[in-house]
Amino acid sequence: MTAPLSVHGNLKSRFFRHSLASISLFILAVLIVLSLSAPLFEWILSVDMQSTNLFQRFQPPSFAHPLGTDELGRDTFVRLLLGGRVSLIVGLSAAITAAVIGTFVGLIAGYFGGWVDDLLMRLTDSVIALPFLPLLIVLAAMDLTKLGLPQALVENDNISLLRIVVIISLVGWTTAARLVRGRTLALRSELFVKAAVALGASPVTIIGRHILPNLSSTIIVATTLSTGNIILLESVLSFLGLGIQPPWPSWGNLLTNAQETIWQSPELAFYPGILIFVTVIAFNFLGDGLQDALDVKSVR
Amino acid sequence: MIKFLFSRSIQGMVLLLIMSFVIYALIGLMPGDPIDLMISANPRISSEDAARLRALQGLDQPLMTRYLNWLTNAFSGDFGYSRLMAKPVFEALQPALMRTFQLMGVVFVLSLVIALPLGVLASRRPGSKTDYTINLLAFAGISIPPFWLAILLIILFSVTLGWLPAGGVPIGDGQGFLKTAQYFIMPVMALTLANIGGHTRYMRASMIETLKNDYIRTAKAKGVPEKKILLHHALRNALIPVVTIIALDFGNIFSGALITETVFSIPGMGKLIYDAIIGNDFNLALVALLFATVLTIAANFIADICYVALDSRISYGGQKQ
Repeated sequence: MTAPLSVHGNLKSRFFRHSLASISLFILAVLIVLSLSAPLFEWILSVDMQSTNLFQRFQPPSFAHPLGTDELGRDTFVRLLLGGRVSLIVGLSAAITAAVIGTFVGLIAGYFGGWVDDLLMRLTDSVIALPFLPLLIVLAAMDLTKLGLPQALVENDNISLLRIVVIISLVGWTTAARLVRGRTLALRSELFVKAAVALGASPVTIIGRHILPNLSSTIIVATTLSTGNIILLESVLSFLGLGIQPPWPSWGNLLTNAQETIWQSPELAFYPGILIFVTVIAFNFLGDGLQDALDVKSVR
Repeated sequence: MIKFLFSRSIQGMVLLLIMSFVIYALIGLMPGDPIDLMISANPRISSEDAARLRALQGLDQPLMTRYLNWLTNAFSGDFGYSRLMAKPVFEALQPALMRTFQLMGVVFVLSLVIALPLGVLASRRPGSKTDYTINLLAFAGISIPPFWLAILLIILFSVTLGWLPAGGVPIGDGQGFLKTAQYFIMPVMALTLANIGGHTRYMRASMIETLKNDYIRTAKAKGVPEKKILLHHALRNALIPVVTIIALDFGNIFSGALITETVFSIPGMGKLIYDAIIGNDFNLALVALLFATVLTIAANFIADICYVALDSRISYGGQKQ
């Protein structure tokens, strides 16, 4: 007899067989640690992200500035790390918010079925089909004071972060909704759910106790898969000047400046883009690997 | 079938109506309003004048009344004037729309021509080196920020090699095909590369599913050549879901076109929508956004028709065969 494989061990081995996924996990971990330690690098290099020095514009890489300086003489390396911190925080929190909305919609649709399901799934299809970018531009340009919010609150930096997270979650929940609905439909016909129904348990109990716990792998996969997309979306919005506002750097708005100085310093346009690319592809590989390991059926 | 298409078109209309209201309400939430702009441009306008102007344009009415007014006018074909361009909105819209259509049309055809064969090729032997390579490239395609891809192309072809113009459109008519083409090569390339990834993945996944079917095994057992199995037996069935997904992706291609236009400063729909929103040109922004919605709804409708045309087994309207 071979040693018995625990469910857990089996899962791990299946995940790590997917070599790209394990590499991605490692890369993401490194990126997250580096981005979070941006203030530490500011201290080590004794620079800060906002201080400009017009005598030090477009410097090549040196000991003081590992990746050189930008068009205002700010340290490129530190700004990239800080940009990464913003992009990752926005990306992850929007992905989680979107997953919560999607799970809710998917659960209701899959559990109750019938016209509720029809309606919610038509809604999901409509959101997928809508031209998201023009609508996002409108949402991002919206004047919140017209909704009755106080001026001071609207101009707060944290609110602008929150606003991006909300806007992106509004269009990002569809992946989770479809995956969760599919899995809920399957669970609905399982014997243990039928038994609970027969025993007279209320829908809330059944969903909370019997269905939701069985959805965890689906939700994890859906969240990971949409995180990549959401980071892309954030970068597009910031690039268009509607996301994170300068002087706060994000990978998207660093590229806006870089495009203007592309003739003087093309490498400034290279770094933020490659970081977005690596992060997004890592999340996609990770999602793919998790999907295989957790055996979640894709619904497309 | 006719019943199905009828119900789908009703659904489409309802969606459009809802979206028109949502967009109308959102546009009202843009910063500033037209009368404020008039006041700042002309200090002699008194507050009574401003109130009168507001009443004249119906801006003092509640949202629902304003929307219904707009809708009534829209149904009689009057979508109002563009404030920025001082023309009826459709006249203002047309040149931008044509540019965006040109770009999207070329990109759409090109990405299908490239992506579908790649998907079929990858599906022949799942897990092989060919499949692995194609899959890796497809992942790269869906993960690359489209505007960065465009910037990379500018760095390569304009900054380093100096072969192509970094953006803009040829000025004046009669520039000749070659001259015009120069300006379109990079935008088309950027947008096509950004689209191929997704399309290839859909095609590959659908082919792999189809190739698992019994009739494929039967065909193999009968000794039908592989090429014929792939192209004759599998492809037709595998295309059905792909057509739907690609039509659903139409909104994505539109968004991609907007981004690409921004990077290459092409005065298309992207710039128009952006300028209209930022410049408080409500009528223009509203119609431009609605147009984008109509486009995607129409694309979905076409997908439904293709779906039926490609697969005669599917029947709509309740009765199952």
